Amino acid sequence: MTDKQPRSIPEALPRPLVRHRRVDTWLIWLVPMMAAVVGVILLVHARLQSGPVITISFQSAEGLVEGKTPVKYKSVTIGKVDKIRLGTDREHVIVAVTLDKSASSFATTDTRFWIVRPRIGPSGISGITTLLSGAYIAADVGKSSKTRKRFKGLALPPAVTHGSRGRSFVLHAKDLGSLDVGAPVYYRHIKVGQVTSYQIDNDGSGVTLRIFVTSPNDRFVTDRTRFWNASGLDVSVGANGVKLKAQSLVTIVAGGVAFQGSPGGHKSAPARENAKFYLFADKSTAMRPLSGVPYYICLRFKQALRGLSVGAPVDFLGVEIGKVISIRLDYDGKTQNFPLLVNAVVYPRRLGQSNDKLVNLARVHGEKADFPHIMTRLVGRGLRAQARTGNLLTGKLYIALDFLSDVGKKYADPNVQPLEIPTVSGSFNKVQQQLAEIVSSVRKIPFARIGRHLDRVLVDVDVTLKHVDGSLLPQMQQTLKGAQSTLDSASQILASDSPLQQNLVATLSELRRAARSLSMLGNYLSVYPEALIRGRRSDPVLPVVPKAKPSRGSAR
Amino acid sequence: MNHLPRASELGLIHCHVCGMVCCHVSPGEATCPRCGVVLRERKLASYARSWALLVAGFLFYIPANVLPIMRTASLGNVDDNTILSGVIELWVRGSPGLAIIVFTASILVPMTKFFVLAALLVSARHNSDWARPQRAKLYRLVEIMGYWSMLDVFIVALLATLVHFGIFSLVAPLPGVIFFGLTVVMTMLASTSFDPRMIWDDERQR
Repeated sequence: MTDKQPRSIPEALPRPLVRHRRVDTWLIWLVPMMAAVVGVILLVHARLQSGPVITISFQSAEGLVEGKTPVKYKSVTIGKVDKIRLGTDREHVIVAVTLDKSASSFATTDTRFWIVRPRIGPSGISGITTLLSGAYIAADVGKSSKTRKRFKGLALPPAVTHGSRGRSFVLHAKDLGSLDVGAPVYYRHIKVGQVTSYQIDNDGSGVTLRIFVTSPNDRFVTDRTRFWNASGLDVSVGANGVKLKAQSLVTIVAGGVAFQGSPGGHKSAPARENAKFYLFADKSTAMRPLSGVPYYICLRFKQALRGLSVGAPVDFLGVEIGKVISIRLDYDGKTQNFPLLVNAVVYPRRLGQSNDKLVNLARVHGEKADFPHIMTRLVGRGLRAQARTGNLLTGKLYIALDFLSDVGKKYADPNVQPLEIPTVSGSFNKVQQQLAEIVSSVRKIPFARIGRHLDRVLVDVDVTLKHVDGSLLPQMQQTLKGAQSTLDSASQILASDSPLQQNLVATLSELRRAARSLSMLGNYLSVYPEALIRGRRSDPVLPVVPKAKPSRGSAR
Repeated sequence: MNHLPRASELGLIHCHVCGMVCCHVSPGEATCPRCGVVLRERKLASYARSWALLVAGFLFYIPANVLPIMRTASLGNVDDNTILSGVIELWVRGSPGLAIIVFTASILVPMTKFFVLAALLVSARHNSDWARPQRAKLYRLVEIMGYWSMLDVFIVALLATLVHFGIFSLVAPLPGVIFFGLTVVMTMLASTSFDPRMIWDDERQR
């Protein structure tokens, strides 16, 4: 450095000021170290944050996005979809989800996962937010602590999530109607629960539904509660007009279940969890007394029963106790006609306390107390089945069991199954018969003969009239003329200027005079009675005559 | 190349602020007699500083890429994007031009800086005489590029403050952008710490 001295640089260069300061150049390495520490912290944080990785299989991955779709529990994100791949069976989609560390308890056996998408269901419209944000996977954690890595996603959101307080019950029904999972359950028109699941019974004879009634309303479900299908509209036409009834708008569309305590107001205990009930078709059926054990009866009708259909009610003195289940045509070889065989099911329990009393009485008397025997005894007392017209407009018939007085003795055999109850022809049919009789007797009247007789009579009358015309009328005319002249002369006689009239007036004045002189005589005699004997005095004495004779004589 | 003497050989030092030339006195820290600025033959600990800052920048660059930098939410559709996913999304959604710009600014430029600076540092360490003028040009390129590295950060900052339309549209910065900003700062510091004169050192010895 110093071996070559430059020539052109002046010697008198200014000298810089010198300070002595130690500079630690290694301090700068703190910066990358800090960066490294931050990186490590981030890494550790990420490691601590990520919880277990689970796989969920779904039918479809519609709306799911890798690395984006969140997994939520009560709207809190607890994880994220990592990967979506097709299952080996190519029917399912396997979704790998990384749960947050804090949500590792969700990887347990009874956790349920489902995809939340916009859905219009019986319980309303749900998942609206996912319209914009995209679908997400919702989770519902159970109570188990056993870990699990593979899950099967639900096709539909569960109606009831864990932790909901309440009780579920089992309902049996003939059919599902318009009910669906999530259909509301009403108690006095207030929604208190919903249908959680349904399935066809193993033997295919009905449907079993599970409902969940939330606390605290579940205490209203008692062992005496009746459930009925409240779907759709209840239209009733009565004296007050047409009534439309529905639980809510939802039930019209999606159906619903309603329940209420059975009438009677008896004390009842709250029903157990998973208690079984029957789901009635409608409220009126549900509120009826319980049917109890069904009995089958057979009725044999001789006349045609147009208007009787399967399902027609069977009345016992006006109380509906059963219904017709089949109508068949039979052929009787002996009488060579076609009787109708009507089978019906009846529920003795519907007779209420009368049935209880009948049973008790039978027991007291030491007789068999089952329904066929009781019925048999009633038949002995005149119980008959009759097809009656229930509705004159439609001509629908129903079967009435009634006590009739003017029927002969008939007996039923209680040991024959089904029990056959003797029948009589229906009331309407009787009317028909009577009408027919009237018509036939009317027909017997010999209208033709009567007509002929009448014709002849009229001809005779005609002849007579002609005779009257020819001979009688001229004579009549003459007679009338005679009478006329007679009357004319009579009127002449009676006229005011007629001599008779004049004479009569003169006669009457004479008579008046006579009467006056008679009264004078009377007066004289009353004063001078001796005049009768001595005669009239000279002047004042008046001649005395007997009272009546001289007056009469003088008048003549 | 030639035998022209160097300032240090002549015992001279030059103030990089006021341009005064003085005697070179070592050891110790000399200050300019005219303007008082510290006089140094080469930038202080240039090599170590550059390396350290470069490494720090690179370390920050990892979380900057892994972590999402921006959250865009429109009508409830929340999207968290990292730098690369944002680029891909732009490309897929039909804005290849924008995608290229973002890719250049956020990935190509920092990576170029890392490689260029590392290469410059390594070659300077070994006093390599390989393509010295080109290396010098490269350094100048890195210096110029440095200004544009903050593009991403600016975009995020601008969008986050401008786009606030409730549920319709929302942009929010996420931690990734901080690390990206740190990366840019570190690389810029690294490039300023690098003394380009080191490229030319020991040229004479060849």
